[in-house]
Amino acid sequence: MKGSTGFFIHAKDLRFRNLLFFLCLPLAASAAPPDAPSVIVIRNATILTVSHGNIEHGSILIKDGKIAEVGQSVSAPKDAQVIDAAGQFVIPGIIDCHSHIAAESINEGSVSLSSMVNMAEILNPEDIDIYRDLAGGVTSANILHGSANAIGGQTLVIKLRWGQPAAKLPFEGALPGIKFALGENPKRSNFSVPGQPRRYPATRMGVEETIRGAFSEARDYKKAWDEYNKRIGAGEKNLIAPRHDLRLEPLVEVLEGKRYVHSHCYREDEILMLLRVAKEFGFRVRTFQHVLEGYKVADELAAAGVGASTFSDWWAYKVEAYDAIPYNAALMTQRGVIVSINSDDAEEATHLNQEAAKSMKYGGLSHDEALKMVTLNPAMQLGIDKRVGTIDVGKDADLAIYNRDPLSAYAVVQKTLIDGRIYFDLQRDIAERAEREKEKKALIDKFKKAAEKKPEEKKPDAASQKPGEKKPEEKKPEVKKPEEKPRPPQSGGTDAGSAVTLGGAL
Amino acid sequence: MRTAALAFRIALILVITSAVPAIASAQAQPSNTYAITHAKIFTLAGNPIEDGTVVFREGKIIAVGAGIDIPAGAQVKDAKGLQVYPGMFDSITQMGLREIGAVSATVDSTETGSYNPDVIAATAVSPSSEHIPVTRAAGITEVLAVPGSGGFDSGGSNGIIGGQASAIHLAGWVIDEMLIKKSAAMVLRWPEIETQTFDFATFSRKEKPYSEAKQEYDKQVNEITDWLERARHYAQVMEKSSPAKYDRDVKLEALAPVVRRELPVLVFADRAREIRNAVEFCDKQELRMILAGGAEAYKVKDLLRSKGVPVILRPMLTLPPDEDDPYDRLLSQPAELAAAGVKFAIASFDNSFARRLGQNAANAVAHGLPYDEALRAVTIYPAQIFGLGDQIGTIEPGKLANLIVTNGDPLELTTDVKYLFIRGQLTSMENRHLRLYEKYSKRPKAQ
Repeated sequence: MKGSTGFFIHAKDLRFRNLLFFLCLPLAASAAPPDAPSVIVIRNATILTVSHGNIEHGSILIKDGKIAEVGQSVSAPKDAQVIDAAGQFVIPGIIDCHSHIAAESINEGSVSLSSMVNMAEILNPEDIDIYRDLAGGVTSANILHGSANAIGGQTLVIKLRWGQPAAKLPFEGALPGIKFALGENPKRSNFSVPGQPRRYPATRMGVEETIRGAFSEARDYKKAWDEYNKRIGAGEKNLIAPRHDLRLEPLVEVLEGKRYVHSHCYREDEILMLLRVAKEFGFRVRTFQHVLEGYKVADELAAAGVGASTFSDWWAYKVEAYDAIPYNAALMTQRGVIVSINSDDAEEATHLNQEAAKSMKYGGLSHDEALKMVTLNPAMQLGIDKRVGTIDVGKDADLAIYNRDPLSAYAVVQKTLIDGRIYFDLQRDIAERAEREKEKKALIDKFKKAAEKKPEEKKPDAASQKPGEKKPEEKKPEVKKPEEKPRPPQSGGTDAGSAVTLGGAL
Repeated sequence: MRTAALAFRIALILVITSAVPAIASAQAQPSNTYAITHAKIFTLAGNPIEDGTVVFREGKIIAVGAGIDIPAGAQVKDAKGLQVYPGMFDSITQMGLREIGAVSATVDSTETGSYNPDVIAATAVSPSSEHIPVTRAAGITEVLAVPGSGGFDSGGSNGIIGGQASAIHLAGWVIDEMLIKKSAAMVLRWPEIETQTFDFATFSRKEKPYSEAKQEYDKQVNEITDWLERARHYAQVMEKSSPAKYDRDVKLEALAPVVRRELPVLVFADRAREIRNAVEFCDKQELRMILAGGAEAYKVKDLLRSKGVPVILRPMLTLPPDEDDPYDRLLSQPAELAAAGVKFAIASFDNSFARRLGQNAANAVAHGLPYDEALRAVTIYPAQIFGLGDQIGTIEPGKLANLIVTNGDPLELTTDVKYLFIRGQLTSMENRHLRLYEKYSKRPKAQ
């Protein structure tokens, strides 16, 4: 399911997920991270550096996970692992500026201010979508909270290090963020729970006041702490500290420039609204997400120096997406805005290269400008461009290798590298399929056998339970992504019958 | 109340009886003759023609080839350096039936209730939907508007017989000018054995014993069987003299062409078990089945081939149904089906994403489907599957002139459609998106 606002959940989808949930665990858990050879050399490739043009028949030398040399020829040691990329194209790994993969849940939707929750605390390194997106060349992703609240949860950037534990996913040194949301989702236009009163805010006016109210509090809170710290610093003793407020602390970090604001939005008026509020309270909006009417206020976005992260061609799934146009990315770029194309959806992320290519058709951007939309530009928006986003000496060896020009619908990822490790290899993936099928079949047979052995297992009744003995805990199925996005392709079809409108993410 | 209901019934009967496909061709046609010259023509009915000419008149192709005489008075489009293809056919959409998914007032794609064989998509297609020109600009010249086929709008409806799908041109002032075939298929959502359901009241999964789920499934299948058997009896009684008497029943009447095998059933099913059950059912009931969805069609490809069941595949750009499926499960399925001899078309199953039709087909090629098969899967194959193969889908004399003139491969992301002809008329590429683009391109620099 896609992201955020539109929100539709497909019961069938959930069912599918659950069906093989137990069976899959062993398979997923067995995915070990790839070895890290100290030296890799990629040869004979067409290298799209993004920063300094294209190199035909070029080579890239990777040492200790970093790009050591790039050029027509490199000085590779004899024992280097060689990737022959003859006829293939290498680009910087794709960076998805709006993702909900690797997360156990997306929306804390009960309140309008949910800044206390943090996506970093619910990372799921076994989410198969990590692997699927790797297979689409994605190496880093901005893992966002949903859009059910004017001020949502804390966010983080991860690398798609499939097979590594959750602690190894975060992008080291990347500034954390917080999700804001404007428009139909936070005002719950398309979402209602029978029997429950409508939550404030229910209008765009209320969304603004929710944010202003929160920042007024945060400003006072910061003042109290600043004064406390100042007086403590001056040697004052026995001073009672202000009470910690977990909702306001992330907002203080926003005021101090230590946390990025990524704000979901659609309409031009709400975009300008947040820029005014930001000015009033002295903070910066780092990116506007979706920003489907960004083209209407491109000059204002450019003047504010705020990034825009948008969809390629989604439209009409709700009223605020009715003026969405596929020319949005190009128009904003032409007016000086740094633009990225994001996915908001695990499936969409598998072909962001293709989505970027559409900006050449719609609005006439150059090949280089289009490629930047999923590499350098999102890196800049996330403040990680010193580490990733181009193929340059000293940067992380996060690379995607395609069998042809990646800005084509016919391009297929051959390998994806992160920190110089091959996390996705098409040939290996295909070669391992028979083995996985065997493993799966063995597991199914085992379950079947077990089921045949004891056809009617006695249920332990309460009376027979010994005191102090814990009842086996019932595993509640995890509801993944109670979000809400219309998935473009996925949503069609028979799912229709079970699709239910929630409120959410897109 | 009764009067209103009666009026509704009468209206319905009028609609059903008055609208027949013949009306479309009886409409005023442009009398102009067009010739597209110096193009590379991909007829899909033979090898591409270099420096070719295609001539059409009164909406129909009259000649195609190299070195063809251009009739006097013909409007000539010099397409040097360009390519001509049949327009694409998106064979599952909710075109004209759904404008904005989240706004129910703009949605007419799914009726309430489980059995609505009498409702017809064409009745509710809005000719002025903004989706039509947007979709057209992507090189799609005709679609099937399919009721009860999903999208984001169905709000939990559990329809089983969803109504009749209509094949329409993406151009026309009124629906009669758009119609290719008013009733092209009967929609049937195949029931599933659902042991797990999602309860939105508690936002949790509910488990159901298999026996209970199977019972519900059997009940639904029995209901479908009952509808068909009643329709069969009804049709026989209406045809021949019989002591049995029926009041007119518009639902049974709508099902009569289905049991007579005149109208195919478009059966939505994705999982192998459901597909197998549906194929066996339709075989036994002697229905003409077209499978829609088919996420796991590859698992039953031999059955589909041997029973001659064609498939309308959901987009390849869809995640695999199971976590432990290979990542490219749906991307590589078309190649597998083609190799197995299963006939299939590719469709968007949507409106907003209809313009990704070519992209989806190209992705299938990237994962092993021969290019020509991909092109056919969005042109002539869907036409043949819905019985329109003699009217559209290739560039041949006698067929409707639904053509696109492009600057390259119509499946590729960066290709532009330069001209588009629907029923032989040069049709505007103007649309909501282009309009907004042009308007805001001209916005003076903000102060």
